[in-house]
Amino acid sequence: MQNNRRLLGHLYMALFLIYLLVPLAVMSGAAFNASKLPTVIPWKGWTDQWFIALYNDNRIWTAFGNTLLVAIAVVVIAVPVGTAGAILVNSISGRVRAILYGMMVAPILVPGVVIGISTLLFWHQFSVGSGLHLSVLGQVSYIASFVTLLVLARLQSFDQGLEEAALDLGASHGQVMRRILLPHLYPALGAGAAVSFFQSIENFNVTLFTRGGADTLTVYVFSKVRSGITPTINALALLLIMVTLVLAVWYEVNRRRNARIEAIREAEGRRAEDAELVAT
Amino acid sequence: MNDLLRRYGTGLTWTFIGLTFFWLVILVILPDFKLLESSFRPYLPVVDVGGPKDVYSLNNYGQIFGNEVDFSFFGLHFMLAARVKVFVLTIFYSGVVTLITFILAYPLSFYLAKVVSPKSLPTLFLLLFVPLWVSEVLRSFAWYIILTLKGPLNAALMALGIISKEIRWIDGYSPVVVTLVYTYVLFMLFPLYNAMQSLDSNQIEAADDLGAPWWRIHWRVILPHAKPGIASGAVMVFMLSAGSLLVPAIINSTTGNWFTQTIQGIMLEGQDWNAGAAFAFMLLLFCTITVSLAMRVFRVKLSDIAK
Repeated sequence: MQNNRRLLGHLYMALFLIYLLVPLAVMSGAAFNASKLPTVIPWKGWTDQWFIALYNDNRIWTAFGNTLLVAIAVVVIAVPVGTAGAILVNSISGRVRAILYGMMVAPILVPGVVIGISTLLFWHQFSVGSGLHLSVLGQVSYIASFVTLLVLARLQSFDQGLEEAALDLGASHGQVMRRILLPHLYPALGAGAAVSFFQSIENFNVTLFTRGGADTLTVYVFSKVRSGITPTINALALLLIMVTLVLAVWYEVNRRRNARIEAIREAEGRRAEDAELVAT
Repeated sequence: MNDLLRRYGTGLTWTFIGLTFFWLVILVILPDFKLLESSFRPYLPVVDVGGPKDVYSLNNYGQIFGNEVDFSFFGLHFMLAARVKVFVLTIFYSGVVTLITFILAYPLSFYLAKVVSPKSLPTLFLLLFVPLWVSEVLRSFAWYIILTLKGPLNAALMALGIISKEIRWIDGYSPVVVTLVYTYVLFMLFPLYNAMQSLDSNQIEAADDLGAPWWRIHWRVILPHAKPGIASGAVMVFMLSAGSLLVPAIINSTTGNWFTQTIQGIMLEGQDWNAGAAFAFMLLLFCTITVSLAMRVFRVKLSDIAK
């Protein structure tokens, strides 16, 4: 009985993974089909023409460059802003804290459409026209919330006594920040930067309303799908999936190696202890 | 506050306050006020802005009414304005998406939290994360390819002899729901897993030893414990679905319009920013009400949802 249920669990897990991965495989497969429409059926033979078309498509490369620029700008603004918010909210308590915290978290739940339109209207009244700079501001308004949450979690394990000690020993406020608080926050800041970067690349709703005439990769792919799709998009999709997979495998290999090294060290430590025991 | 001044001095404290002010006031609050203000103003040519015709009214909100169409819902038939119908159906089908993702994710999160050996967990999570890292636009596109009339789904079903004629899958709301489920199921899985993982396995064993059947263990032990996770996953999936523009626009089912598509049409095709603001504000208002209701019903705090 117990075993049967375990088996059922494994089966469900396998089916779920297939469910997640098959659509991606179908999409990637269509990149090699000589058919003019992106499909795997009917199969009209292998081709690499869509990859060549992708390489020659200048608009995609412009869009790609724009995406990277926007993402970098978002990271540069969202990480300091979100961190400042977290430090501030962490240092107060009571009702004010609850309100401030709510205001910092709420943007995550606001639909991107609303953020995009409100940003556009707000800056428009100061004659700031639409364009990628507005996309950056709109994206920061909710991406900073992720940074705040990550930094707040990290601040939980921070020992404020360290700062007191440094101050007592004559450190300046700047030194306390630079030498004690920031090093403790580095993992959260790194994670925040990574999350911000990927959130920005993914973003569609905010960008669509604020971009003006400029393209980002997501918006470009979207407009391509809507107006005369070619398998070029599939070629792009395959390349992006490959990048993701390479990163994932690299991460997994690294993790396993670290785990193995850790295990060996532990085993050695135990052996040394045993040896000591025997010696005494 | 004083604590902050003592530890970081005036300069740094004001930097923190300044940055937070920039974020919350300039980027979040003032734009939302501007959205509300614009929504009451008429759409005018540039020369008339600020003139005698530029007065506040509810006309933009009134635009949601008009153009009555037949509407049948669970056997009830009545007349309803076309845009109200789209709004109601968007909410209804977002609820359906939330329910389906919960049904799909519940057994899996239990499996990950309590059944599988912890050693293979990182690998499994990595496999689950890979589709999440592939961008939303491509995941919707993948389903568009699968569901098209001459696509692989129809071909496979016909080859198996299950259907004899191609089915038009991209019709009505079901293709949008299918794609939304695929896109957001992991946002249900991870909070559920987190909640279940913190449950002491001894409680399950105790219930089992005392003779509870497996469904009662789930109903009385695991489900109550996972409640915060369910709330946070449900709110997340519901909000993402109701606010999604990419998925319904890519699937582009003409009989399955989403409310965000209505807003997009008014803003970008109609160029009527004021009416767009009114509609966006309605969406914002609705989302705020939903989140606060969910928090009440499940008795969870915003901090639980945000995890």
